Amino acid sequence: MDLKTLTYLVVGATFALYIGIAIWARAGTTKEFYVAGTGVHPIANGMATAADWMSAASFISMAGLIAFLGYDASVYLMGWTGGYVLLALLLAPYLRKYGKFTVSEFIGERYYSKAARMVAVLCLVVASITYVIGQMKGVGVAFGRFLEVDYHTGIGVGMAIVFVYAVLGGMKGITYTQIAQYCVLIFAYTVPAVFIALNLTGMPIPQIGLGSSMADGSGMALLDKLDLIVTDLGFAAFTAQKWSTLNMVLLTLSLMIGTAGLPHVIMRFFTVPKVADARTSAGWALVFIAILYTTAPAVGAMARLNLMNTIQSGPVGSVDGNMVYADRPSWFKNWETTGLLKFEDKNGDGRVQYYNDKSEEFAAKAASFGWQGNEMVKVDRDIMVLANPEIAKLPNWVIALVAAGGLAAALSTAAGLLLAISTAISHDVIKGMIAPDISEKKELLASRLAMAGAIVVAGYLGMNPPGFAAQVVALAFGLAASSIFPALMMGIFNKNMDNIGAIVGMLTGLLSTLLYIFWFKGWFFIPGTAMAANTPGNWFMGISPEAFGAVGAMLNFTAAYVVSKFTPPPPEHIQHLVEDIRVPMGSGSASSH
Amino acid sequence: MSDQNSRQAYWKANLRLVALCLSIWFVVSYLFGIILVDQLNAISLGGYKLGFWFAQQGSIYVFVVLIFFYAWRMNKLDRQFNVHEE
Repeated sequence: MDLKTLTYLVVGATFALYIGIAIWARAGTTKEFYVAGTGVHPIANGMATAADWMSAASFISMAGLIAFLGYDASVYLMGWTGGYVLLALLLAPYLRKYGKFTVSEFIGERYYSKAARMVAVLCLVVASITYVIGQMKGVGVAFGRFLEVDYHTGIGVGMAIVFVYAVLGGMKGITYTQIAQYCVLIFAYTVPAVFIALNLTGMPIPQIGLGSSMADGSGMALLDKLDLIVTDLGFAAFTAQKWSTLNMVLLTLSLMIGTAGLPHVIMRFFTVPKVADARTSAGWALVFIAILYTTAPAVGAMARLNLMNTIQSGPVGSVDGNMVYADRPSWFKNWETTGLLKFEDKNGDGRVQYYNDKSEEFAAKAASFGWQGNEMVKVDRDIMVLANPEIAKLPNWVIALVAAGGLAAALSTAAGLLLAISTAISHDVIKGMIAPDISEKKELLASRLAMAGAIVVAGYLGMNPPGFAAQVVALAFGLAASSIFPALMMGIFNKNMDNIGAIVGMLTGLLSTLLYIFWFKGWFFIPGTAMAANTPGNWFMGISPEAFGAVGAMLNFTAAYVVSKFTPPPPEHIQHLVEDIRVPMGSGSASSH
Repeated sequence: MSDQNSRQAYWKANLRLVALCLSIWFVVSYLFGIILVDQLNAISLGGYKLGFWFAQQGSIYVFVVLIFFYAWRMNKLDRQFNVHEE
């Protein structure tokens, strides 16, 4: 059977599964729609959280980032997992005890302020929409490469699938679909990794294989070999640190508290039956996430090794040490047609030279070999995971599986984000502000309409991505880290935090982070309006805009604390509320009252 | 011990546990994985340099263990101070 038919079959089967689950898990009440009736088993919720969290970026882009950044990519590995420790210890159990439907609802009630609730809703919607755009693009790309359909058609099909199970099932439908999607995506990610690890080191477990010796008879450790190969070609060593220590610490911290403050993740913990379940469920979520996140470094390093070895097939500088372009493997040709891989024969020798021509030290050496510049003018990071099965010569069904896995990762995250957006609109804005007396049936209808609207907007933005789509990921984490996380944490751990302190803190964190990002990336990301070039030399103490969320959060904490010392403490019933959420007893289930 | 005092003691015990867990969280990721990475890289763990291993593997395993450890200790505290759920 040819690859295309096989891919259609595998992807079609997974889609049929998602739709089947949606019909089985229809939501009949707002409680089912918002929090899946709080009846989700902690392990099941952990699996759904993992699928919710791991997006197209985790599945497709992360290993590619590691392949080219090496050690420095550790900030993403630690940042996107360490946040779950904060979530489990500082937020999830208490917000589950509070027992309402949304994050903004907690902020509004805890700080007895509609303004605070609105700030939270605004941060939530901006953060979620920026994220959804990326997922929709991921769906379009995956369809385009594997099913050879038009990018726009791909997004259209993706929208239709999400529409069916999200609008019909709400949180309940999304949760059970995400469990299925997790199984598909983790299988698709680990199978190629196992084969490649086995191939290179003779060890089938990628996490151990990465620390093993090469199976090529040299007895050299894989990572040492990789360091040697890349430094021989003028690149920085794979395991060496390239970024400043302060920037790495702050970026990791920003990603961690940003993760813990992202509403679509927090609201997953409202679905479990008990407070104790919220704690263990965060642990299970991290187990399922860690399976992929500890495999990714192996995939990244091994893919880089395979790529370098394919192109630089013999000793550096020898006449026949480089791959002959005419003899390039078929995966090379396939990716050339997509434009993600590009070759230019600068010295006209018909062979491919791939080296770091920015290294002055290496330039003289390269010139003596007769090399006239790096000829791999484009190597897109994203092809690392997608091309992996082909590079390792794995059977076609594995390639079809990777396509289904990429789609599962993108669709599951998109659905979680869309639910966060529609819940904010129907519960926080319509029920919370405009029409508090709305009946449950009408609220359920409103949330379905909001969901449908959100899907259309997300699809439109995916088809016509604004030029700044890549930039705004920093914004999503910056917003969550500098405004939502501190407000939630102080609401639980500081009984005396009052409304004015919290609002001043949120605005301080929010505005300082926005200012810093816009200063280097342009006001509202409009090109040409940046106040200073986005280079390490200009950054304040060498802190990149992506890493500033942690600083914004510290400013938030400080401002809120100082202001709360000079303003009246919260009323007694709020202090009782805080005391009450600190103990698990009497949790009951989430309700709207 | 009155109900109010007992709840305060429970909260204090919880804060101590959180502080312990977050110290470990800080040490394995920020200290071992970033700040002391060069020193630890002098030691090897199989084919891994130790600092690199903490940054890309070890810290993540410790995070998982930490959450389950916290959940287990909290379940015990919940019962000890009689604030557990039905």
